[in-house]
Amino acid sequence: MSKHTVTIDINGTTVTKEVDSRMLLVHFLREELQMTGTHIGCDTSSCGACTVLMDGRSVKSCTVYTVQANGRSVKTIEGMESGGALHPLQESFHEEHGLQCGFCTPGMIMRATEFLEKNPNPSEEEIRWGISGNLCRCTGYVNIVKAIQNAAEKMQKEVA
Amino acid sequence: MNGPKTSPEVGGIGHRVKRKEDARFIRGQGKYTDDVVLPGMLHMDIVRSPYAYAKIKSINTDAAMAIPGVHAVITGDVLKQYNLHWMPTLMSDTQMVLPTDTVMYQSQEVAAVIADDRYIAADAVEAVEVEYEPMQAVVDPFKAMEPDAPVLRPDKEGKTDNLIWHWETGEREATEKVFQNADVVVKENIYLPRIHVASIETCGCVASFDPAEGKLTVWMTTQAPHAIRTVVALVAGHVGLSEEKIRIIAPDIGGGFGGKVPVYPGYVIAIAASVVIGKPVKWVEDRSENLQADSFARDYHMGVELAANNSGKMEALRIKTIADYGYTDAAANPSKYPAGMFSICTGSYDIKTAFTEMDAYYTNKPPGGVAYRCSFRVTEAVHAIERIVDVLAQKLGRDPAELRMQNFIQPDEFPYQSALGWEYDSGDYPRALKLAMEKIGYDDLRREQVEKRARGELMGIGISSFTEIVGAGPSKDFDILGIKMFDSCEVRIHPTGKAIARFGTKSQGQGHETTYAQILAEELGIPAAHIQVEEGDTDTAPYGLGTYASRSTPTAGAAAAKAAYKVRDKARKIAAHLLEVSEEDLEWEVGKFYVKGSPEQSKTIQDIAFAAYTNHPEGMEAGLEATHYYDPPNMTFPFGSYICVVDIDRKTGVINVRRFVAIDDCGNIINPMILEGQIHGGLTQGLAPAMYEELIYDEQGNILNGNFMDYLLPTAVETPKWETDQTVTPCPHHPLGAKGVAESPTVGAPPAIANAVVDALSHLGVVNMDIPITPFKVWQVLKEKGAAA
Amino acid sequence: MIPPSFEYLTPSKISDAIAMLQKHGEEAKILAGGHSLIPAMRLRLSEPGYLIDISGIQGLDYILEESGQLRIGAMTREASLEESQIVREKYPLLLDTAKMIADPSVRNVATVGGNLAHGDPANDHPATMLALGANVVVEGPNGSREIGIDDFFPDFFTTALEPEEILTEIRIPSPPSGSGGAYLKIERKVGDYAAAAVACQLNIDSGGSIQKIGIGLTNVGSTPIRASSAEQLLQGKNPDENMIAEAGRLSAADSEPMEDLRGSAEYKRALVNELTQRAIKLSLQRAEGSR
Repeated sequence: MSKHTVTIDINGTTVTKEVDSRMLLVHFLREELQMTGTHIGCDTSSCGACTVLMDGRSVKSCTVYTVQANGRSVKTIEGMESGGALHPLQESFHEEHGLQCGFCTPGMIMRATEFLEKNPNPSEEEIRWGISGNLCRCTGYVNIVKAIQNAAEKMQKEVA
Repeated sequence: MNGPKTSPEVGGIGHRVKRKEDARFIRGQGKYTDDVVLPGMLHMDIVRSPYAYAKIKSINTDAAMAIPGVHAVITGDVLKQYNLHWMPTLMSDTQMVLPTDTVMYQSQEVAAVIADDRYIAADAVEAVEVEYEPMQAVVDPFKAMEPDAPVLRPDKEGKTDNLIWHWETGEREATEKVFQNADVVVKENIYLPRIHVASIETCGCVASFDPAEGKLTVWMTTQAPHAIRTVVALVAGHVGLSEEKIRIIAPDIGGGFGGKVPVYPGYVIAIAASVVIGKPVKWVEDRSENLQADSFARDYHMGVELAANNSGKMEALRIKTIADYGYTDAAANPSKYPAGMFSICTGSYDIKTAFTEMDAYYTNKPPGGVAYRCSFRVTEAVHAIERIVDVLAQKLGRDPAELRMQNFIQPDEFPYQSALGWEYDSGDYPRALKLAMEKIGYDDLRREQVEKRARGELMGIGISSFTEIVGAGPSKDFDILGIKMFDSCEVRIHPTGKAIARFGTKSQGQGHETTYAQILAEELGIPAAHIQVEEGDTDTAPYGLGTYASRSTPTAGAAAAKAAYKVRDKARKIAAHLLEVSEEDLEWEVGKFYVKGSPEQSKTIQDIAFAAYTNHPEGMEAGLEATHYYDPPNMTFPFGSYICVVDIDRKTGVINVRRFVAIDDCGNIINPMILEGQIHGGLTQGLAPAMYEELIYDEQGNILNGNFMDYLLPTAVETPKWETDQTVTPCPHHPLGAKGVAESPTVGAPPAIANAVVDALSHLGVVNMDIPITPFKVWQVLKEKGAAA
Repeated sequence: MIPPSFEYLTPSKISDAIAMLQKHGEEAKILAGGHSLIPAMRLRLSEPGYLIDISGIQGLDYILEESGQLRIGAMTREASLEESQIVREKYPLLLDTAKMIADPSVRNVATVGGNLAHGDPANDHPATMLALGANVVVEGPNGSREIGIDDFFPDFFTTALEPEEILTEIRIPSPPSGSGGAYLKIERKVGDYAAAAVACQLNIDSGGSIQKIGIGLTNVGSTPIRASSAEQLLQGKNPDENMIAEAGRLSAADSEPMEDLRGSAEYKRALVNELTQRAIKLSLQRAEGSR
């Protein structure tokens, strides 16, 4: 078993730790760093509950070895607030009732974060395809779609 | 319905109050079972059977124990020393915790490894060597009933066949007579396949036994923590676990849907391991374990018959069901209802005569029979009636909407005594269907369908006008292991007029922290924002039976109102004391008592709360609090009408759900925003089994799709944009006029979708299709009817 | 589901990676995006002793068009195809395909090279590359060589890569004006492998006659399949409805599907038939539009 020292920028803080080569990124976040906002819902990269941003792109952290993140930046739900203010997506998920049990929510928000960066003014159809790698069992997606639309509007205003 | 009685600041019933629980979830600060970390905690992983039915010849744990970091390998023989290798199920059957000699289904627990971390535990699982002698599995209940079928449960004394139980209700002879004399009889065999709730969070627990205190604390994914505490005391009392020394904590739960009601062997093994090793033990399933071994739902083979006269009046219903329960009856039904609420199967129709019977069989499949977001087998019943009504309409050449209208129980017939023994509380079925038809433009759609058929295009319209039965339940009939199915609320008002309330239920996403606060706000006038709601910790919350079967609002919601009334009774006394008038002179208005005729003389609930601790009348106990255990007088009967439109690609069989309108009626609405969310989610869990989900086994009992790559949960792309609306017919017996709702759409949606697809193909002679209706199935039917490409 | 232990190696040059392959032989596997390999390891279906992560090797992630070819670096992420201006403008077949692979987060990590080198007939790029007439560039101890896509998938889960070789680039002939392509896939839900999928790329002259056509089939055989009978039928023709229907039938006949949870062999053949026709029509439409 090989051990490796990894240095990863996690939510703006540089973390250096020794890990086993087989340590999955999701376990590194949850168990080594006690950042439990990133969840585990499957073993086949199907559900998206473990979605985080790696160098700004959404990835399923259950299908990434921690060593692959060495030298990169990782952003999780815990890093979404800035200066005590919620991210527009966090606000909109609350305002539009885009969550129920909350288990898929962090992954959904992280996925939506990258999606809106690439597509700041999406159609409903584009949103649905955009979150198609994230399963939600509670909401039927209706209010998640609304929350992302609402956040997009807010973010557009912020830019304007 | 009139607008809310309270101001938005108070946020009582009817307000779209934003959810209080969101604050932690949107920040990733929810605390789920797998988030619990304790000092010295060990990890458990489970060795599972590759065979559906096999003798265990030997288990060699040496190689596993030799791995550094492995603390123990627990087998059935180890548990047998403590007489913990078997446990009772909620249905008074028995279930292995770990086997000593035989495995009964694929992925059954065979041994458990306890190690320093989950990586080492997983390696040790691989290193446990088990020698099996496979036997021919019985996978099909129709094979299980054959006289020469192997007896799967020889452990049960005197058992010579695989029948678990026979259940029947209604009038067999009278029904037979109506059928013999009926103008028209339709019959279909309808199968509702085995499916899985597949909440995104799997099941698991952290068991922590403190040897010094002799106290066991278990954080676990359970919808019914109090019942679990009692079950643990009953199962493990003989090894010293006494109920006052057991604390069950259900932390945040990532979806339940009935799958987190049962007691799974993994929980029991983790508890045993913690007690034996004296350290905390965490066990969390992975997804394939969850799908392959945890409780299934449905698996009903129903023979459904409906008799009517030539003018379409329904006269009798008869259903004979063969139910596959897997190797033990580990369903989670009320004790007196082995088939749950299946006898709601006469549905929304005035059918005077009915009979239904069911035979449940053992097979070599996982145990279960949980609800998948429905109130104990209501989905099966509703599917049967809503499908067969369409079959009748087709046979009579009648429009299915019109036939429903003709046969509905009418609004002035409530309370209505159903042929199978229920007293429906309230309803207005024609109104809901009319509204659905208007919203979707039913008549235009029928015209469009005629035109499309002429062009060879396939389009269908499907209706479902269901009646649910939820809110178990009246204690005279409903219990689990003898414990009556009441539920509870304890509310305590603080000196500054804020409150904490605790309940016997447990939210898994339903939003109780918000809706219960709204109920108390409504009845006490304390702003919902200042009412802290807590559930799930058996050391602090009053006893209750938990959250499933849409029972929280009907039971604990009512308990909240009743507890609030008790608080108000005492508050009235204090107000009378403060205002120096008699109690009878006081009138309650949201948030205050005032003197009749002089409303300027009043005391707010905040004034009264402060006085309860600072200036209460002599001879009165200090404080302002109350507890209520609510025993509902009846079930509640939410209902609705759904209409679905599908377009079918006749070359590929691909089905597009073009529109879906859902009209629900759950009585008075506590929070319209949360209600809509529940409907959206329920509809999606209706779509899923209608078109995507099924647990598939081969003839050896191997599961063929035990992961999320092949067990197909719909994504946002497959899920249509649901169109919802409500009618309001208050519940006459609930203090708030409310009924349960979250399961109505799961129950109502599948037949609407199935009816739409069959309707699209009906002119080709298609009468029934079993769900899930996939493109492949549609293509097969088209081909069989000579209509494929 | 926990993967077994392995040694993790991080070459910074192709030659180092090849040397590692030489040293560790069959025990070693190349880790690109890892979205086929890591799930397989978690299920313990694959237990390599060494993972050679080639993501640190510079110069394997690019999409560029030069001297009549589109060159795609093996480590190019699927998402990069979707985002590429060249692909969006000139390679509708590639764009269609990229959008149908798994889901957006997977496409952020999964690579074009990996999708081919895995040798899985259920993957989407093999059929696309067949239709496009791509070549695959591989490097090994004896330098680099170019393999025609038709020779790249000799057998089930097998590629023409030697154990010590690494796929480094995919080369696609730039389509002349009058070209169009399309990828049509029937999947049970988003993220699923195809029940069947058809890739078509064609070029028409000013009179509408097909100058060149490639048709590839996904997940209907033990390897990705070229629908050569249909290609031959349409070569040089200005096809009418009947001829396109015939092409569909020929394509279905060239497929060799197996029954699985997605449907029977017969169903999949019917899908190939229909999707072939639709892909040809859509490609023709796009070819007209590209003039």
